[in-house]
Amino acid sequence: MSDRIRNLSIIAHIDHGKSTLADRLMEYTGAVTEREMREQLLDTMDLERERGITIKAQSVRLSYEADDGQEYQINLIDTPGHVDFSYEVSRSLAACDGAVLLVDAAQGAQAQTLANAYLAIEAGLEIVPVINKIDLPSADPAAAAAEIAAILGGDPDDVLGVSAKTGQGIKELLDRIVKQIPQPSGDPEAPLRALVFDSYFDTFRGVVCSIRVVDGRIRKGEQVLFMATGDKHAANELAVSTPRIIPITELSAGEVGLLITGVKHIDQIRVGDTVTLVANPATEPLEGYDEPKPMVFSGLFPSDGDDFERLREALEKLQLNDASLVWEPETSRALGFGFRVGFLGLLHMEIVRERLEREYNLDLVSTAPSVAYRVTLTDRSVMEIRSPQDLPDLSSVVELEEPYVRAMIIAPSEYIGTIMELVQSRRGSMHHMQYLTPERVELIYELPLAEVVFDFFDHLKSRTRGYASLDYEPVGYRVSDLVKVDILLAGMPVDAFSTITHRAKAVMYGKGMVETLRELIPRQLFDVPIQAAIGSHIISRETVKARRKDVLAKCYGGDISRKRKLLEKQKEGKKRMKMVGAVEVPQEAFVAALRVDTSDR
Amino acid sequence: MRPDSARLADLAGQWRSAYIHIPFCARVCPYCDFAVVAGQDDLVQRYHRAVISEIEMSDEWGPLDAVFIGGGTPSRLPPELAGSMIEALDSKFGLASDVEISMEANPEDINATSSSAFSKAGVSRLSMGVQSFDDVVLRELGRQHTSDQAQNAVAAAQAVFPRVSIDLIYGHPVETNLSWEQTLDLTLALGIDHVSAYSLTVELGTPLSRAVTNGYPAPDDDVQADRWERAAERLEERFVRYEVSNYATEQPCRYNLATWAQGEYEAFGLGAHGHRGGIRTRNLRRIDRYMEAVESGKRPLAGETVVSGWDREQERLMLGLRRAAGVITGPGGRRVLELHPEFVKAGIVKEENGRIVVVRTLLTDTIIREVLTMPPPE
Repeated sequence: MSDRIRNLSIIAHIDHGKSTLADRLMEYTGAVTEREMREQLLDTMDLERERGITIKAQSVRLSYEADDGQEYQINLIDTPGHVDFSYEVSRSLAACDGAVLLVDAAQGAQAQTLANAYLAIEAGLEIVPVINKIDLPSADPAAAAAEIAAILGGDPDDVLGVSAKTGQGIKELLDRIVKQIPQPSGDPEAPLRALVFDSYFDTFRGVVCSIRVVDGRIRKGEQVLFMATGDKHAANELAVSTPRIIPITELSAGEVGLLITGVKHIDQIRVGDTVTLVANPATEPLEGYDEPKPMVFSGLFPSDGDDFERLREALEKLQLNDASLVWEPETSRALGFGFRVGFLGLLHMEIVRERLEREYNLDLVSTAPSVAYRVTLTDRSVMEIRSPQDLPDLSSVVELEEPYVRAMIIAPSEYIGTIMELVQSRRGSMHHMQYLTPERVELIYELPLAEVVFDFFDHLKSRTRGYASLDYEPVGYRVSDLVKVDILLAGMPVDAFSTITHRAKAVMYGKGMVETLRELIPRQLFDVPIQAAIGSHIISRETVKARRKDVLAKCYGGDISRKRKLLEKQKEGKKRMKMVGAVEVPQEAFVAALRVDTSDR
Repeated sequence: MRPDSARLADLAGQWRSAYIHIPFCARVCPYCDFAVVAGQDDLVQRYHRAVISEIEMSDEWGPLDAVFIGGGTPSRLPPELAGSMIEALDSKFGLASDVEISMEANPEDINATSSSAFSKAGVSRLSMGVQSFDDVVLRELGRQHTSDQAQNAVAAAQAVFPRVSIDLIYGHPVETNLSWEQTLDLTLALGIDHVSAYSLTVELGTPLSRAVTNGYPAPDDDVQADRWERAAERLEERFVRYEVSNYATEQPCRYNLATWAQGEYEAFGLGAHGHRGGIRTRNLRRIDRYMEAVESGKRPLAGETVVSGWDREQERLMLGLRRAAGVITGPGGRRVLELHPEFVKAGIVKEENGRIVVVRTLLTDTIIREVLTMPPPE
């Protein structure tokens, strides 16, 4: 049986057409009829559809009758397309035996193409290289094929060209999948070992686990043991997604499917765990994977303090489907009660924030994102701080460390100069440079994560007219000359504006922040001095001068109702202000730090 | 009584007034957002008949202490038409023996002949849209007259009317401190008895607003604050400021004083607003719809709002606080003082003799915004 199973993922850089290709494969194999076909069927969340990206990996079973007359079961495991979610890519790949590496014929290989290809190679997968969008007028399949061949080794002529949009080459691709990707290994007679490679929460079914059966078989109703947690549950339901959920009675070695145990909270399931049978347990679990680690932290505060509990409930609900989301309560003098929330990256942060506001109807103020710093104290103890507020007095600090990443940038070689300039202004150092083709180059740098999470990608894009792509991975902590910059409004430090930054950038940050706030804070009844300070040393100062004129020139018999409405509306606008001491601060000021540019130009 | 006396300010609430709107203009000024029409003078006669009909179909009331004919440009009317409207008011409501009949006029329409004619028609007070005595400013404001024409027109009006007022607009980006100073000098030299000085305001939907969106310089708040302060200082040489933008030697404009005292007034003409029996009404704003409604025997109402209870109290303060005399404290005033002690502490308002008075006039709306949104007392 397992000789007719193929388990694979499609891996690609964002926008190279992965979801469209999955749609086309489903359509071709009859998994969905054309009428049912919605574009990008696998992306179900509204936000995913809107942004055209995949956040949660999903899997679907296809049935394909090959030219040899045999019916093949093809399990297509979707992967997220953004660097923030790369840990989910490795999860999905662990359930696969092969991968289709998809490259846009017009854009060629990009940073995530490379990053994902390396992940697949590390996972020991057979890679089927495919060039997509060959129907585009700007397509250059030969160049793209040459790049893939340079990355994977091999013959550019072996690279298959398809158009996921028109369906051209889809049958050839299915044939390659059947021919090239190996059948699953594993022993159907051995005790059950199934890898949990994903899980999600379903209102009706509770927690649903995506599993890949490696050895043995699992039948509906059997008692199963999750080897890492030691929890025992009944396999209440087994199913496959086609993409409709079809209940089945058994999954055997090599197969991919869904396991429903009646567990109600996603916390109780660990992705990467091994499922075995209570009656006949395996002795050794499968190799799992690391928990995703949050990289970026931001304070989320309800605009209306009364919404604090609603925010907590909303975060809990989101976490049902996003185990990577972590938070702890945080109190800010300026913003009241809220949460310090950890994210995988800036995109993850934006998505979570947007979902909280949209799906839970919350009005939020978020503080500038920061990374987690490591502090060594005089007593040699080490602490991790996720918020500038938590930085202890510097007299008790021996050493400050910040997280670094290895960043992989692929760009046309003409942009090397401008990229180097940007990276240097972000305290990066070059690690490696390699020409993929005479026109395109791969640059590898090491730089502080904090420098990457603030608009680095935006700058990279604008300096390279959108041609550069970026991926990065953490490489640990490095000692750094860091200082805390405080912002004072009317003499009072505003904790939500504090930041930790490299000493060389402190003045630039302070100046930028003070200037931005001067633009954003409306004139009040008194002068509002805005200062940036390192400790007691003021590094920048501006003043919002007191408001002098606030009166309508005319209000006569004809305007009374209209003028009244106008004034009432202006007052509505003021309600969106936060009172910080006696100063009215617009909510947008709290994200202003995001826009403060500290790269040299 | 001084123009800013509290007794006069409160007494005005008892007066009965009428407003007549004349929408016709030669051209629409770029900053104007009033209900006006340009190039439709062929409708003047028909419009005039409609206004008379509207007056005739209104409820019994009166007699009138004040009439205000505003616009638009009422001075574009043939004086006999103005006269017949005043007559219609007289036969419908009666006119008090000391009635004040004000009319707005543009300098280009006013000379010795037209002044006598309007005076004979019954107009007793002329309010002239001078705006500035600086030709550069006048041109930028899109006005049709020059500084010289304005001075001549004012002189002609003064020869006939016992009371002449002028409107000024300050704070246009092309205006300089010197230009404003000269306008104030000339204003003081004219011997008129009333001045209204307004900061140039960019109203939504006007050509000026569109120009500003496209990069035309917007008026600067601080400059306007300076000019207001300068006007207040200089005009005090001859006048008394009795409202944010209004100055008089002896007698304020009665109709305006009545509206700030939350008084009652009938309103006629397109887009005109009335206030009777606790209800604020507004007329249809389009000239064709207005005339068709009246011609078919219907009241030309576009809508009405009942203003009662706490709303009415808030409105009383909103209007009264604009006056130099301030407003009787009452429940609304007590509420705002209770909720916002900082305003007294910061010296923006004061309470004395049972009245709340805004001390820092330029911050009046900072107070009014709170007044309009404060909840009623428990």
